[in-house]
Amino acid sequence: MGTRNFLWDFGKKCFTFGLIGLTISDRYASIAHVQGLSMYPTFNPNARTFMGSLTDDYVLLEKFCLEKYKFSHGDVIAFRSPNNHREKQIKRIIALPGDWITAPHSYDALRIPEGHCWVEGDNSASSLDSRSFGPVPLGLACGRATHIVWPPQRIGEVERRIPHDRISFG
Amino acid sequence: MGVSNVKQWSRIVKEALDRAFFTAKFLCLLHVSNTYLCTVALAHGPSMLPTLNLSGDLILADRLSVRFGKVGPGDIVLVRSPQNPRKIITKRVVGMGGDRVTFSVDPKDSRRCETVVVPEGHVWIAGDNIYASTDSRNFGAVPYGLLQGKVFWRATSFHITLGLY
Repeated sequence: MGTRNFLWDFGKKCFTFGLIGLTISDRYASIAHVQGLSMYPTFNPNARTFMGSLTDDYVLLEKFCLEKYKFSHGDVIAFRSPNNHREKQIKRIIALPGDWITAPHSYDALRIPEGHCWVEGDNSASSLDSRSFGPVPLGLACGRATHIVWPPQRIGEVERRIPHDRISFG
Repeated sequence: MGVSNVKQWSRIVKEALDRAFFTAKFLCLLHVSNTYLCTVALAHGPSMLPTLNLSGDLILADRLSVRFGKVGPGDIVLVRSPQNPRKIITKRVVGMGGDRVTFSVDPKDSRRCETVVVPEGHVWIAGDNIYASTDSRNFGAVPYGLLQGKVFWRATSFHITLGLY
């Protein structure tokens, strides 16, 4: 009798904390695990070594930007991949709606349609980004990376970096 | 005298905290069920006539079907607009990734039709009223990640009745 009460209480507490945790991670902030080298050296600068791959970066994603979908140039965002909705990717916004961006290795200029953005990884050599799948709808965004929270020696803010040579603002 | 005051005060504070916590729990439950189970939406506009009303229909959409990939051609879905991420639109799914879709480009002016293949991971959406609908014919196939829910129930209809008396 006592054990059943205890289990019931414990279950209720778990359920409550689960609900609160889910709400907080949806509306305010959550932690994301960054895998891969597409944002080298901003994230995972040690991934090339064996020990380095055990200490992948974890970043804090803030969700306040999803209220009005207001992003700035140089923000690092997490978004659902346009080709596979189950995958999430984390890249830097290079251009916002209305900007003109020069396509890589050509003299063409592309205008970013409204409601879309152009994302690129910091490590151009090994990054699948808007250069392969085109502008990404802003509705796919699921958070903005503001700080690195793990490993402890890399705790700090994620800086905004804008490559001025390739875009002209609309 | 001072001790009983402190006791009263601490009782009031404890009750206030309990009530606040209870309200917070209830709001969290609302948020989770709205985001992961079922959501209510008010759909208005001419693009889904005659299925949905011009002046507004209260519809229920479930979120689980989209999460588990159980959306197929013929379903009415809520989609976050690719042209404005703050707007959610209601359209019908015509084709999934890999399907070949034929549509009339501008039904008011010409009878020209075009055929496209929907890329993988995308869906082709169209309003039932092709004469007054901005859908995939204008902005192309939509990534599956933009789908927000599958409509399964129309709760109420708000009709505008024109008196003929």
